[in-house]
Amino acid sequence: MSLDPEGQKRREFMRDSLTVIPAVTLAPSLLFSQTSDAATPPLHQYAPAFFNAEEWEFILAATDRLIPEDEHGAGALTANVPVFIDKELNGDYGQASDWYMQGPFHPNADPVFGYQLPHTPAALYRLGIQGARHHAKQKTGQEFTDLSSEQQEALLADLENGRADFKAAGIPDLPSATFFAFLLQNTREGYLSDPMYGGNRDMVGWKMLGFTGARASFREWVTQHDVPYPLGPVSLAGKRG
Amino acid sequence: MPITQPDVDVVIIGLGWTGSIMGLEMTSAGLNVLALERGADRSKEDFLYPKPADELKYGVRLKMMQRPRQSTVTIRRNRQEQAIPQRHWTTFHPGDGVGGAGSHWTGVLYRATPNELALKSFADRTFSPGFLPEDMTIQDYGVSYEELEPHYDFFEKVAGLSGQAGNIQGEMIEGGNPFEGPRKNPFPLPPLPRTLTDTLFTKATQALGWHPYPYPSANVSGAWTNPYGMQLGPCNFCGFCSNYGCLNYSKASPQTCTLDALKQRENFAYRTGCEVTRIVKHEKGETVKGVIYRDADGNEVFQPAGMVILASFPLSNVRLLLLSEIGKPYDPESNTGVVGRNFSYQITGSMDLYFKDHQFNPFISAGGSGQVIDDFSPDTFDTEQHGFIGGSYIYTTQGPGGAIGALRTPPGTPQWGSEWKKQVRQHYGHHMMIGTTGTNMSYRDVYLDLDPTYKDPHGDPLLRMTYDWKENDLRMTEFMAERMREIVAQLQPDYHTESVKQRGDHFDPSSYQSTHITGGAIMGTDPKTSVLNRYLQHWDAHNLFVMGASAFPQNMQHNPTGTVAALTYWSAQHIRERYLDNPGPLMSPS
Repeated sequence: MSLDPEGQKRREFMRDSLTVIPAVTLAPSLLFSQTSDAATPPLHQYAPAFFNAEEWEFILAATDRLIPEDEHGAGALTANVPVFIDKELNGDYGQASDWYMQGPFHPNADPVFGYQLPHTPAALYRLGIQGARHHAKQKTGQEFTDLSSEQQEALLADLENGRADFKAAGIPDLPSATFFAFLLQNTREGYLSDPMYGGNRDMVGWKMLGFTGARASFREWVTQHDVPYPLGPVSLAGKRG
Repeated sequence: MPITQPDVDVVIIGLGWTGSIMGLEMTSAGLNVLALERGADRSKEDFLYPKPADELKYGVRLKMMQRPRQSTVTIRRNRQEQAIPQRHWTTFHPGDGVGGAGSHWTGVLYRATPNELALKSFADRTFSPGFLPEDMTIQDYGVSYEELEPHYDFFEKVAGLSGQAGNIQGEMIEGGNPFEGPRKNPFPLPPLPRTLTDTLFTKATQALGWHPYPYPSANVSGAWTNPYGMQLGPCNFCGFCSNYGCLNYSKASPQTCTLDALKQRENFAYRTGCEVTRIVKHEKGETVKGVIYRDADGNEVFQPAGMVILASFPLSNVRLLLLSEIGKPYDPESNTGVVGRNFSYQITGSMDLYFKDHQFNPFISAGGSGQVIDDFSPDTFDTEQHGFIGGSYIYTTQGPGGAIGALRTPPGTPQWGSEWKKQVRQHYGHHMMIGTTGTNMSYRDVYLDLDPTYKDPHGDPLLRMTYDWKENDLRMTEFMAERMREIVAQLQPDYHTESVKQRGDHFDPSSYQSTHITGGAIMGTDPKTSVLNRYLQHWDAHNLFVMGASAFPQNMQHNPTGTVAALTYWSAQHIRERYLDNPGPLMSPS
């Protein structure tokens, strides 16, 4: 097995993130700016409310692969995406409090009928992470979080394509592709929703895309065609990104 | 035993557009009116800047919508299939709370055309005998365009409609829609300023010899004071429109156009968190005597009323009639009964065009902003030679306004990782959409009934939709896809993608289609084929009136709200001028 130095650094960070450590020991990309919104502490200061330690490590590693830090902009970890997912799963969304969750359930119904599993998103993540870790062990003999970036990507692709056998992990009623779809959707949400939900720290997701956040007033810009809009985003709390 | 409240003259079920309009009309007639709203009150919390500018809450988690946990629908595509519940909304977005769907709608405000209101008569005189499929059950509304015109005109003033008239009393106006019915008056306000997508669409469709015009918008273009004294401010293209409350008092809604005027009236009251579970028939059978509802504390309450106005979302209207056993449920086997009959929906399609060299700034958008052609409406060309009845308008609108919903990548791109990021970044702001919104005919085996399996938290059955796309409507939308391709060829994007239906496709509720749900409690002139007479009065209970698009015998291409509101004023006029002095059926069966 090959271990790239970057991957090694990332894994160290993930372990460290479970305890409070000084910011200076972090990789530069994970440092936060002085203008940070006080409501969103840096990732390493966050104690997950929903995920246990092993689940948290998996979420950190997986979201980092889904939206990596690169030349195109900030990654999921810089954006605090794992914080967003933890908060969402610990709240109404995690409990499916708006969803119709009465049976009978028809998990094998034609996919056009949408989500039909009996699991709340919170329950689905518990099972999905268990299944994904089991798949990694079966395929490589190691924990997902101990693998190289390339190996993690290959395992995530297995989840995405439904090739990971969750039944073998003792999970009879959750296709791996369904878990992956939730993980990907929630990762995007955490990257691009308002910072008050815990992710999109310092509006890095919006800046990557070129989105203006809650500016929401463009009357004089409507008729300026093919002119790039010059201003950066603002958040619901009134901060400028 | 339920608690019994003091009697009122009128109880209104649901406080959205139609409930608030009826509230204004009935209080003006001097009646004591009580509105019961299942959801919460909606005041400044959902409308005050910057709160609506929250894509996660409103655009993704759909917090303006009815909670499926409280009530949802089950869907099947034919009578043999197991119906499956919508566990969270995908295909449509029913509204919730005071303001209803009128609080989160897009603000595209249309009239029906004269022929759309009398579609069966139009078909009979236009097409060869035997052309219409045998199982197609289209009907006339029973009310004419001329009869509705003053009511369209008034509601357009209530909403501050912005745009360009195409036909004022028979005189054709350049730049408007030449295929619309004649209007008595111009639009209250001029069109919204034109976006880049508008100008590109205009150029392309004019080159094709078609007739582009600005979307008729209830996101207003200028300051407006409506007939109730309520005020709207010019739309600032904030980018948070469909699914959102308006943060700028620019989108016509019950909150901005009717409710504050209504709440000032001493003979009006409303209660929120009150879910009506039954309309109660009078023992003598020809009237109803009130409603039973669960209040916010879970108490069962009987509310006696001289008149009941059912004014909830179309699906909820039909379900409540079925639960209350008022009117005979429709049976597709014997083709008898009426409640649930002629359910229809909407046929849509879209294409997404990528231009490397254009910068669209998609966050600069308004729901009612856009450019449209009506050259392919049901009565503007010979559809018989193409094998269908119906039509679509073809449009563009700038957006989508949010970020999560605006992620676009070329076909075949990975959906995560560095390559995904690169593509998303390169594509953002370089897309333009064109779309079709089309008619949907009604059919013998497309209907609503009560689900035999799934129940709401009170133990009452959910509503079940039996719905599929049919050959006629798919041929229509295939034809429209060809027209969209002609526009694409004019615009010459770097590439484009298509989301269009084809013959052989079956209804796919997994992604959003439209919230233009119609039928199930339709109006007409024959009680054997309609629930309501042409005044929206129930055939079987003359003091029960049912508002909303559940009255449409089939769906038109244009957005429903204008016609929903006009029908409400039409019904109110006949209640005030005729019914109150002489309660009883307003017409005899034809």
